[in-house]
Amino acid sequence: MKEAFDVAIVGAGPAGISAACILADAGVKTIVFERGEYPGSKNMSGGVLYGHDLAQILPDYVERNCPIERNIIESRIWYLSKESGYGIGYRDSIFATTRKHNAFTITRAKFDRWYAEQAHKKGALIVPSTVVVDLLRDEKGCVTGVVTGREQGEVEAKVTLLADGINSPLAARTGFRVEPKPEFVALAVKEILELPSATIEQRFGVSGEDGVTIEILGEITGGMDGVAAIYTNRNSLSLSIGANLADFAASKIKPYELIEAFKQHPMVVPLISGAHPREYIAHWLAEGGYDAMPAVYGDGYLIAGDSAMLFNALHREGNNLAMASGKMAAESIIEALKRGDYSRKGLARYAERLADSYVIKDMKKYRRFGGFLYHNKELFNELPRAASLAAREMLTVNGVGKKEKQKLIVKEFRKQVPLRRLLRLLWHGWRAIR
Amino acid sequence: MSMKIEDKLFLDRFKVAEESHLRIVDGEKCTKECQDQPCLYFCPAYVYRLEGDHISVNYEGCLECGSCRIACPHLNIEWRFPKGGYGVSHRFG
Repeated sequence: MKEAFDVAIVGAGPAGISAACILADAGVKTIVFERGEYPGSKNMSGGVLYGHDLAQILPDYVERNCPIERNIIESRIWYLSKESGYGIGYRDSIFATTRKHNAFTITRAKFDRWYAEQAHKKGALIVPSTVVVDLLRDEKGCVTGVVTGREQGEVEAKVTLLADGINSPLAARTGFRVEPKPEFVALAVKEILELPSATIEQRFGVSGEDGVTIEILGEITGGMDGVAAIYTNRNSLSLSIGANLADFAASKIKPYELIEAFKQHPMVVPLISGAHPREYIAHWLAEGGYDAMPAVYGDGYLIAGDSAMLFNALHREGNNLAMASGKMAAESIIEALKRGDYSRKGLARYAERLADSYVIKDMKKYRRFGGFLYHNKELFNELPRAASLAAREMLTVNGVGKKEKQKLIVKEFRKQVPLRRLLRLLWHGWRAIR
Repeated sequence: MSMKIEDKLFLDRFKVAEESHLRIVDGEKCTKECQDQPCLYFCPAYVYRLEGDHISVNYEGCLECGSCRIACPHLNIEWRFPKGGYGVSHRFG
């Protein structure tokens, strides 16, 4: 016997659960399928979430005991060579007071599980341990539900929302999103390193519930287009490092050796020393940008979050884009259900909503950013080396005049990155982020 | 002290299915046509290992990132999600 729902959602991550909350609030009969043992059990992110988009769905998330690790009051950026590096940071007390929870750290196994519970409380049905292996379609090709890996696992739905993440064999199989090319994803590995909260507070100069994020670029990714991060949780650190998958494949660098080298960098060692590793996981990041996005809706279905390749690499934003797109998908579904039109035309408002929002505006603004990093490997090789040499020479007092040092630095800089390359880099960099 | 991949995977919780969700479609391709065999390196869980002249698939420790499916130069890996509830279960994430 087939069971019928108004909406079937594939994936209980931020996109799927945000949609489920909005739909359940509107009294729409919603079912959410999650392939993991519990929501969050397959999910990974660097670990920062933004309060704004969550509050759009659950304004009282703090009162609902959202599992917040630390409230971020300071963001640091490091640019590292192999054994040295630059760092800048911005700390603002406003992020502890009136703009509290602008950004906070989470771990996904706890957060996603909690988030799905909120959708469940609102009336959505969450079904874990269930893989969606195919989609049901009528004779015209309109999606009419899902096929799960369970016996008699067909579930009919008027509308299906694909929110099954960046690694989606389902999307590729059904043709709703082509498989990403290796250069369109980054492969990231992450470790949870346990430390007493007092030690974290002392090492990062924070107290109470406050925390710090560090985003790291440079030689740390072995010359590959990549990024690393250290985020503070309550009594652990989230340490992650990732690089373009095509670069991994070409360089033969092993991800688990890359993260070990990262952990031995002299700027990292003092922060993590004595910590106990508790978990090691891996996941993709959607790096293809705007031009790698699939059509986000069609007859009987919509695509949200990572599945739709919504990710802003420069600003480490992904969860919030998933939440915002999930919400807009749900709002468009509610309208379509009212009109009784689940065709492509009936769901078209979703694309309009996305286009009018910061989601697509940012995706368009940074559409060149991924390619900029991928095609300018000096950023991960020669440039951090030359930059380190400059600081090292200028800071060494050894009887050599500063003018002479300056000449040496300029010469070395030009050797590493010829002036024409540098100008090209600046021009492309500007175009990628303007 | 550098931590080995085996020790890293030991930290994780796996519910191992009896049947592999990963399969090399044509093993001959790996030995005869694939010079670089990049799966031996980029796989973050060291699932693919050279044993003698063939590549073994140690799916039990797979972290389910999907990289082998799209980065195998010959697209020679069949990749499904493990059965619902099986595979890796993040305790932190």
